Amino acid sequence: MKVLGLILAGSSKSGIEGLTKKRASAAVPIFGKYRAIDFTLSNFVNSKIKKVGVLTQYYPRSLMDHLGSGKEWDLDRKTGGLFILQPYSKTKEEIPVYKGTADAIFQNMTLLRRGDEDFVLIGSGDHIYNFDFTKLYHYHLSNAADITILTKEVEEDEIINTYGQVITNSEGRIQEFYEKPKENKSNRISLGVYFINKALLIELLYTSIPNGGKDLVHDIIMPNLDKLRVYAYDFKGYWRNIKKSIKTYYDTNMDILKDDVRKELFYNKKIYTKLKDYAPPKININANINNAFIADGTIINGTVRNSIISRGVKVKAGAIVENSIILQDTIISEGTIIKNAIIDKDCEIREGKEIKGENNILVVEKGTII
Amino acid sequence: MNVVALILAGGQGTRLGAITEYLAKPAVPYGGKYRIIDFALSNCVNSGIYNVGVLTQYRPHILNKHLGIGKPWDLDIKSGGLTILPPYVSAKDQSWYQGTADAIYQNIEYIDTYDPDFVVILSGDHIYKMDYNEMIDFHIERNADVTIACMEVPINEAHRFGIMVTDSFNKVIEFQEKPKEPGGNLASLGIYVYTWSILRKLLIEDSKDINSEHDFGKNIIPKMLENKNNLVAFNYEGYWRDVGTLQSYWESNLELLGPMPLLNLHDKNWKIFTQSEELPPAFISKNARLTGSLVSEGCEIYGEVKNSVIFQGVVIEEGAIVKDSVIMNNTIIRKGVYIEKAIICENSEIGENVKIGIGEFKENEYNSKVYNTDITLVGFNTRVPANINLGKNVIIGNYITNISEDIPSGGYVI
Repeated sequence: MKVLGLILAGSSKSGIEGLTKKRASAAVPIFGKYRAIDFTLSNFVNSKIKKVGVLTQYYPRSLMDHLGSGKEWDLDRKTGGLFILQPYSKTKEEIPVYKGTADAIFQNMTLLRRGDEDFVLIGSGDHIYNFDFTKLYHYHLSNAADITILTKEVEEDEIINTYGQVITNSEGRIQEFYEKPKENKSNRISLGVYFINKALLIELLYTSIPNGGKDLVHDIIMPNLDKLRVYAYDFKGYWRNIKKSIKTYYDTNMDILKDDVRKELFYNKKIYTKLKDYAPPKININANINNAFIADGTIINGTVRNSIISRGVKVKAGAIVENSIILQDTIISEGTIIKNAIIDKDCEIREGKEIKGENNILVVEKGTII
Repeated sequence: MNVVALILAGGQGTRLGAITEYLAKPAVPYGGKYRIIDFALSNCVNSGIYNVGVLTQYRPHILNKHLGIGKPWDLDIKSGGLTILPPYVSAKDQSWYQGTADAIYQNIEYIDTYDPDFVVILSGDHIYKMDYNEMIDFHIERNADVTIACMEVPINEAHRFGIMVTDSFNKVIEFQEKPKEPGGNLASLGIYVYTWSILRKLLIEDSKDINSEHDFGKNIIPKMLENKNNLVAFNYEGYWRDVGTLQSYWESNLELLGPMPLLNLHDKNWKIFTQSEELPPAFISKNARLTGSLVSEGCEIYGEVKNSVIFQGVVIEEGAIVKDSVIMNNTIIRKGVYIEKAIICENSEIGENVKIGIGEFKENEYNSKVYNTDITLVGFNTRVPANINLGKNVIIGNYITNISEDIPSGGYVI
């Protein structure tokens, strides 16, 4: 079975604005050394997908830099491999833009037409989970489905209506689909991951896009629920969309300090990321570290509690970092106190400064010197 | 200017005992995520030398896998790059590499393909950071036939090295290979820059000499002195270690620790590259106590670690105490273990409440030449069952799973 992977990484909508001012949400750093897209990309590669297109348009530089030739994911190949798909203008006057998820795929029809894949797996660059899609392939085939959507039963909370909600029959076939409903219809949410027969996708796109269709859910899936066999695959593992809010981003990072989440995300199938050749973390004699995730290239002389310390970060003597996420190459100088904060990449917090989030998590933007 | 670097990586490293039973010395793990040869290789690419031949012979499997096509060092390039040079048979010659000089001699054809002006001959056994350009520049400046990097060593250790006697212009006037009575303390570091046309001729001559041991220190250098060639000593003043004994291996690992380490791995301008496993950052638990140590990616620390180097994927469970030790990849230290001054190799498991490195030093009963310190060594893929005590200077070999009783100081299971 040959599958073409597509990763949607182009949206400018973001609940984590402090972190996405100058980077696509798929390139947001997470867990000390990864970028959000590493999870979907590694899941795809681990599920035997050899050709992956990444659809991007909003602030792509840091994402492009991260992906490079796709070498870290074994996607630097002669056949297949990694394709970075930017919008482009077809006439002199046109300003290139993807108008929606379906439109983005439609504009890259060539990638769909070329190649001998039978199926297309569409994922998002913002999701954190570790899943072997071969299970979903089998489910799709054994149900003779046209489209299979990855779904998950979640506890009802205030953000569940920011997802698509589905109602299925006893076989798992989706009967009703509500995109971000005002009132909750179901606690089974769509995870925005779609598996579909390639020829069918091409046909659906040609039917919808020339008539003004833009969105995969609104214009392709929802209008066809009764005509097509759309199935829901129930994913039971850990899954988060880090783009929802700063709170989700923060909580997801902190979840990695839990043994079960760490085991599931990292000791299942491997998650790959861009290598940086940093030396192992050095913990000096006066350091005091409890409950922390410490990446390569760090030097710790101070106190670190309940925190994520990313690659190349220095926490100097007498500094205290608590309940915080420190991103790559940031320097926390002597005597500084950081609490309940996210300090983005390349920041420098000078001697004796205090940065404390009170009710909310404080975000210090990339490159700030305080 | 064409330069080819050749790294001699065929040595066994017998004085590392059980560590090198199944792997060549250049492939011995070092510093949390590296292998020893990474230093010579990274020095080459950081010096802009992208034609690198690695000469292998003893137990090359792990080394070959580590090197691959040279990708981590950016040596996977179209012209030049990394070439692994194992001994081979030909119509005339059916032998292994007879010595360091013979190893280079057998690869004259490889070197000639680059038509180099200079060849840099290195050892894959040493830990140091050096810009070879400085040495090549010095070689050109002095119009030398060979330039030998050297360093002053304590006079009581001089007998372990090749010792050079120089005049006031750094010209080598005498060379003594591992002398009983050293005439000085300027030791050769096994780093040579040769003018290729001269070395090529010398190697061919040497190959025909049936009395020669085909060794650089023993034969080529003395021959050059005899021929009145221009031999120049290049003073190196930095960190350099031949981690050839258990003591020096252990020391060198621990020298990476501290706020002002003798060798700084965190230097962004001289990175050491390696082929490393893809693992998440290290996890330090709520009750862990971790000070003065290197930990690596994939580690899970629940216990207490002090003044130690912990490699990738090591798990140290609650209540375990690890002091002054080197713990290699993927080893598991169970609850309540106490380890002091030990080297524990890869993929081993130390059972609950095991104590390692207790008691007084005693001479080793198995091989007191190799095992002559109070370091206890546990080999690769070995299991020490729960509640066992191991004394000081104890040696447990590789793939050992049948330990049933305490091993007092100086004891062994091989």
